[in-house]
Amino acid sequence: MATSSPQNEFQEPRGEFTPNVEKREKLGKIFELIFLIGLCIGLVVLAVLVFDVLKDGLGRLITPGFLSETPSRFADKGGIRPAIFGSILLGILVMLIAVPIGVGAALYLEEYAPKTWWTNIIEINISNLAGVPSIVYGLLGLGVFNYLLGFGPALLSGALTLSLLSLPVIIVTAREAIRAVPSSLREASYGLGTTKWQTLWNHVLPYAIPGILTGVIISVSRAIGDAASLIVVGAVSFLTFNPGLFQRFMALPIQIYTYITRPEPGFANAASASIIVLLFLILVLNGTAIYLRQRFSIYK
Amino acid sequence: MQSANFGERLNPEDRESLQKKASDDIQEKIIEAILFCCALISIFTTFGIIAIIFQVTFEFFQKVSFAQFFLDTKWTPLFAERHFGIWPLINGTILTTAIAMLVAVPLGLCSAIYLSEYASPKLAAILRPAVELLAGVPTVVYGYFALLFVTPVLRLFLPLEIFNALSAGLMMGIMISPTVGSISLDAIQSVPRSLREGAYAIGVTKLETIFKVVLPAALSGIAASIILGISRAVGETMTVLIAAGQEPRISLNPFQSVETMTAYMAQISGGDSPRGSVNYNTLYAVGAVLFLMTLALNIVSYWISNRFKEKYD
Repeated sequence: MATSSPQNEFQEPRGEFTPNVEKREKLGKIFELIFLIGLCIGLVVLAVLVFDVLKDGLGRLITPGFLSETPSRFADKGGIRPAIFGSILLGILVMLIAVPIGVGAALYLEEYAPKTWWTNIIEINISNLAGVPSIVYGLLGLGVFNYLLGFGPALLSGALTLSLLSLPVIIVTAREAIRAVPSSLREASYGLGTTKWQTLWNHVLPYAIPGILTGVIISVSRAIGDAASLIVVGAVSFLTFNPGLFQRFMALPIQIYTYITRPEPGFANAASASIIVLLFLILVLNGTAIYLRQRFSIYK
Repeated sequence: MQSANFGERLNPEDRESLQKKASDDIQEKIIEAILFCCALISIFTTFGIIAIIFQVTFEFFQKVSFAQFFLDTKWTPLFAERHFGIWPLINGTILTTAIAMLVAVPLGLCSAIYLSEYASPKLAAILRPAVELLAGVPTVVYGYFALLFVTPVLRLFLPLEIFNALSAGLMMGIMISPTVGSISLDAIQSVPRSLREGAYAIGVTKLETIFKVVLPAALSGIAASIILGISRAVGETMTVLIAAGQEPRISLNPFQSVETMTAYMAQISGGDSPRGSVNYNTLYAVGAVLFLMTLALNIVSYWISNRFKEKYD
């Protein structure tokens, strides 16, 4: 830590002690400002980023057909419909696959698992998985879903890969939500003679739903915004039809990346316009989460 | 159930269901088994990652020797004269990660300290989610911003190449600062109030309390957050792929273009390398190095936060 002069004065036995309070408090004020500036830099960058994207992209976004047409070789023509469809489908599939598994795993670890060494291993393993880079999940998806199971570079492979990517966050947040359910609720339910599962299903889960939803939304928005794993699994950059489950696919982040890599001038605007759509999608997801959280908070 | 009278008044089916113990219920057993399988999927995921990576990496090392991989200083698997030295890619990863951490650590710590020690609860309740928004922006967006906004602005007064490690690293730092910040914030907030009050009581100012009492007490959590941030920077792909370029070289010059391990992996994936080809194998060999690096960092972070956790009771 930084050494400051006041303490050195404390430590010198022969020096006469001067509290010097005014100077020290002034230094405190200066640092308070520095901390505040440090906090604000990120927010300012975010504001500039959003402004820059809107400035470059709004014009392109409102050109007719941008949302409803398939991509074109020309910067100012065509649209991103297959990418929007791909991203929405991926998001829905991830919810359908990862949420039941994640909540199930959380229920097991919180309510059933005995405190043994292998439960411990599962726990350490989950916290480790949360730190594995998404491109490594891509390697797993490419090897297992594309080749081993033979789905090829299809939408399903992408959805399964993104589901595995989302699982650790869903499990961790669902566990916290389940842990926060007061045990009196469980005991009251058991007191009426219900089985464990009836208690979990009718009382613990409804109580925990707001917390679980938060984790689900965080991880699904991350999955929708993820490009690295999808590049490895084999999303394509050019698609003239809406992707189906077993067909080649594309997604908004991939579309954005493709637009950015095109050197012709107009494509940067198309990239910004696609970014607006992606950010809007994520915003809608989070808005829904907040609404559902309020709607489901039946207990207080 | 014990009373005979009570039992006799019920019809036979109800009596039977009341006498059954919950733990004997086959449905309950099945449900527990299903939930257990859900938890097992996480183990299978790890096992799958390790198995697939090391199987293909093994194939790679049958075609390319260890010495070629670890002792060569050139990475040109796509050229006619092939070199498979991993160091240029590691160099790119370390350079961009270092720049990112130079941004993320000060910003993350500043916001953690401000939110915990200075901001009123009301203000903190607004500012914290706002800061964490930064972590929710897709990384491809940061890449876009680094390439098309940060680089042109910096080029006004720095001799930057179009693709460079500096702007990619800067944006990556902004992106990671909430990770460092929110974990540090939790650590700082868990320092008990009595420690601060003890410091105030002997006439220490607020700032001195922060630097001499609060931060040292929260050091393990802060260190863990920084290591976790490094691990995220090492594994980050889109920002460096878009803004740092694809030129593997050994250099610490932040103005030049570099290629990170993740950027190479994305580059080679886009090119449709057939399974079994050397290119396909390099994807997994580089992936193995990346996986081991992030795994080591995650384990160290986990270990620090558990081993050195200060306990106040």
